[in-house]
Amino acid sequence: MATKNVMIVGVGGQGTLLASKLLGKMLITKGYDVKVSEVHGMSQRGGNVVTYVRYGEHVYSPIIDKGEADIILSFELLEAARWTEYLKKDGVIITNSQQINPMPVITGAMEYPEDLVGKIKAKGINIDAFDALSLAEEAGSSKAVNLVLMGKISKLFDFTEEAWLEAIEQSVPEKFIEMNKKAFHLGRNA
Amino acid sequence: MKKLMLGNEAVARGLYEAGCSFVSSYPGTPSTEISEAAAKYPEIYAEWAPNEKVAMESAFGASFAGKRSFCGMKHVGMNVAADPLFTIGYTGVNGGMIIGVADDPGMHSSQNEQDSRHYAIAAKIPMIEPSDSKEALEFTKLAYEISEEFDTPVIMKMVTRVAHSQSIVETGDRVVPDAKPYEKNIQKYVMMPGNAIKRHPIVEERTKALTQYAEVTPLNRVEDGKDTSMGIITSSTSYQYVKEVAGDKYPVLKLGLVNPLPVDMIKKFAAAVGKVIVVEELDGIIETHCKNIGVNVQGKELFGYCGEFSQNYIAEKLGIAIEAGPKLDENIPVRPPIMCAGCPHRGIFYTLKKNKVTVLGDIGCYTLGAVAPLNAIEYSICMGASVSGIHGFNKANEGASDNKTVAVIGDSTFIHSGVTGLINIAYNGSNSTVIILDNSITGMTGHQQNPTTGFNLKGDPCSKIDLEALCRSIGINRVRVIDPYDLKECDEVLKEELAAEEPSVIISRRPCALLKYVKHPGAISCDADKCVGCKSCMQIGCPAISIVDKKAVIDNTLCTGCGVCTQLCKVGALGK
Repeated sequence: MATKNVMIVGVGGQGTLLASKLLGKMLITKGYDVKVSEVHGMSQRGGNVVTYVRYGEHVYSPIIDKGEADIILSFELLEAARWTEYLKKDGVIITNSQQINPMPVITGAMEYPEDLVGKIKAKGINIDAFDALSLAEEAGSSKAVNLVLMGKISKLFDFTEEAWLEAIEQSVPEKFIEMNKKAFHLGRNA
Repeated sequence: MKKLMLGNEAVARGLYEAGCSFVSSYPGTPSTEISEAAAKYPEIYAEWAPNEKVAMESAFGASFAGKRSFCGMKHVGMNVAADPLFTIGYTGVNGGMIIGVADDPGMHSSQNEQDSRHYAIAAKIPMIEPSDSKEALEFTKLAYEISEEFDTPVIMKMVTRVAHSQSIVETGDRVVPDAKPYEKNIQKYVMMPGNAIKRHPIVEERTKALTQYAEVTPLNRVEDGKDTSMGIITSSTSYQYVKEVAGDKYPVLKLGLVNPLPVDMIKKFAAAVGKVIVVEELDGIIETHCKNIGVNVQGKELFGYCGEFSQNYIAEKLGIAIEAGPKLDENIPVRPPIMCAGCPHRGIFYTLKKNKVTVLGDIGCYTLGAVAPLNAIEYSICMGASVSGIHGFNKANEGASDNKTVAVIGDSTFIHSGVTGLINIAYNGSNSTVIILDNSITGMTGHQQNPTTGFNLKGDPCSKIDLEALCRSIGINRVRVIDPYDLKECDEVLKEELAAEEPSVIISRRPCALLKYVKHPGAISCDADKCVGCKSCMQIGCPAISIVDKKAVIDNTLCTGCGVCTQLCKVGALGK
C-alpha cells in the first residue's frame, strides 16, 4: 500500500505528542512500517507544533510535505487553517473548534480571522470541526482535549475501541487512565 | 523484539546493548533524550555534567579506565568540548568511546546551523551518521567496535529529523565486553610535545586505515537503480528524502561513515552512472571530497547551504512537479513560541523594559524576552556570553553604560559557562550587574536537573550549589535575591543595584511554572465592570490575557494565578 500520512497540529502544550505516540503504537500492531516525527525544544513553548505520523509497507521520510496529508488532526482552529497546503486532494481535516489567540492577536497587531471553517470549506476542503474542549471538560479536564480528538479520528482507522483503550492504558499515568478513556469515548461518539 | 523508538532512544538502546557503562552529557536540543533514555537503564551510570567540556573529559576518563563510555551534546555544545576533542583524537582510547552530537538544520531550537562534520575532519576522528532509529541502534553498537579496533573516539552524528523521529527498531540483549584493564602508558596519554609529536603520525596512519575500512564497511552501501543516467550520493535524513522521491529509480550510494569518506567506492559508483548528484544538508562536505578525488558531482549549486531538506524540496530540485493543497487567501497570524503563563521570567523582563535597561541575554527559555511585547533582550550569542559580554560592553564604555545595562542568564547556563564570566567581572572589576534567572531547572530543553537543583539525572538527591555563596566567593559583595512575581521588589532592587558603584548579582528566584511540584494559587478573573480597557495588563505578553470587546479577559485554562498582571491594573479589576 502507499504510505498514509496523518499530521497532528496544534499549540505547544496541548498534548499533540501523546496523540502521535498513541497512534504510532496502534499502527505498529497491524504490522505497518511506521515513522513518527516530533518537535521538541523551543517550539513547544506556546508556539505552533506539528507532528507527523506516516505508515505503510515501507516508510522513508519521517516528515509529511505539502500535498501529502490524508488526515490533518488539528487541536486548534487557526492551526487547521495554517496547514491546508499540506492536505492531499481528497484529504480530510478534523479540528477542534477551540480558538487560542497567538501573540500577534493578543498584542492587537492582528485579528483572529473570522469564519475559518467556512473559508476552508470554500476551498473545497473536507473539514469536520467540533468542540473538543467542552467534551474534554465533560470528561474531567481541559487537558484531555488530545484524547477527545484521538477518539474522533479513531473512527477512520480499522481498530476496535478495546484496542485503543488498551493502548491508552499503556500510555498515560495510572491516575489519569479513567478520565482519558472517558475523553476518548466522548470523542469517538462525537 | 520490534519497537517504535525515537532516534535518540535508539542510540541509548545501542549504548545499552553494546555494554556502555558510563554516560556524561549536557542537555541540548535535539540531543537531550539520548542521555535521558540511557539513564533509565540501571546498568548504565548516567549523569548531567555542568557543560559539554566536562562531559567529554569525564567520558574520556571512563574510557581511559577501560570502560565503554558516551557523551552527548548538541552541535554548539561541540564547540565547548572542542578542546579535549582534538587531543583525545591523538591519544585514542582504552574502552570504546562515542561522542554523540546532534545538528539542527533548520534551527528548530538553535542559534546557528553549523555542520558538525567539520569537527570530525578537523580532529581526524571517524564520524558515523544514521538515517533512522534502526540504524541509530545498529550504528551505535558498531561504533564501539570501530572505536576499539582503530583506537579512536567515534563521533555519532544525529540531526533533528533522525533524533526526534520514531521508527521501528529491532532490540537485542546487552552484551558487556571483557573489561580492558587500565594500564599506565605515558607515551600514549600524556600529550606533552615530545609524546604528541609521536602520536600525530599514528593519527595519520589511522585515517589511512579508516579510509580503507570506509571502502568495505557495511555502513556505506550502494543501492541499485534502474535508471543509471544519474546516481545520487547521500547520507542521514537526506537519504530518506531521496528514497521517498525516487524510490529505486536511480542508483544511490548511501554513506553511513561520513569521515573519513571512501575513495575507490565513490569512483566506482560514479563510473557506473551518468551524472552524479550529492544530496547533503548544510555544507558540501561529501561534494568537496568527491571533487578532491576527481569525481565530478553536482551538489550545493542545486541544493544550497541553508535550512533542512524535505521530499518536496528534493523533488523540486530534480524537476519533479509537486501538487500542494489549497492555500487560504486569509493572512494567518504567526504563532511564535512565547513565555508560558505564570513564567517567572516575565516579571523581570517587564521591570527591565520599564526601566529602559539594555539587556544582554543568554541561551534558554528567557531568550523569549526578546520578542514582542517585551522586546527586552538586545543580544544573545551563546551559553555564558551575556556575562562575559556585559563586562566588555561596560569596560568599553568607560563607565557610561554600567548603570543602565544588565546581563540575564539562567541557573543552568550560569553554571555551564556564566560563572567564568562573573569571575572576570570581579577579577577585572567592571561595574556590571548580572541577573541570574534561577527557575530551579534547565527549562528550554525540557526540565533537566543541574548542579543548582539538588537532584541528579537519575532523579536522586545530591549536593546543591549555593548561588549566593558562590557569587560572594568569587568576589561579588552585592548579591540580592528577589521574587520575580513581586514587581515592586524587582523594581526597587534593580534600581539599587544599577546605581551601586561595584559589581552586583541579582538572583531572581522562582521555580519554573511547569514544574510538577509547583502549586499554583489558581486562575484569577477580570471584573468587567471595573475594567476600563486601558491594556496595562497587556504589556507583559501573557498568553492568558486577551482583550475582548475592550475588556481584559482571563483564560482560566492557562492562568496560573501568578498575580503579575494584578500589580499592573490601576483600577483593581484583576484578582481572585
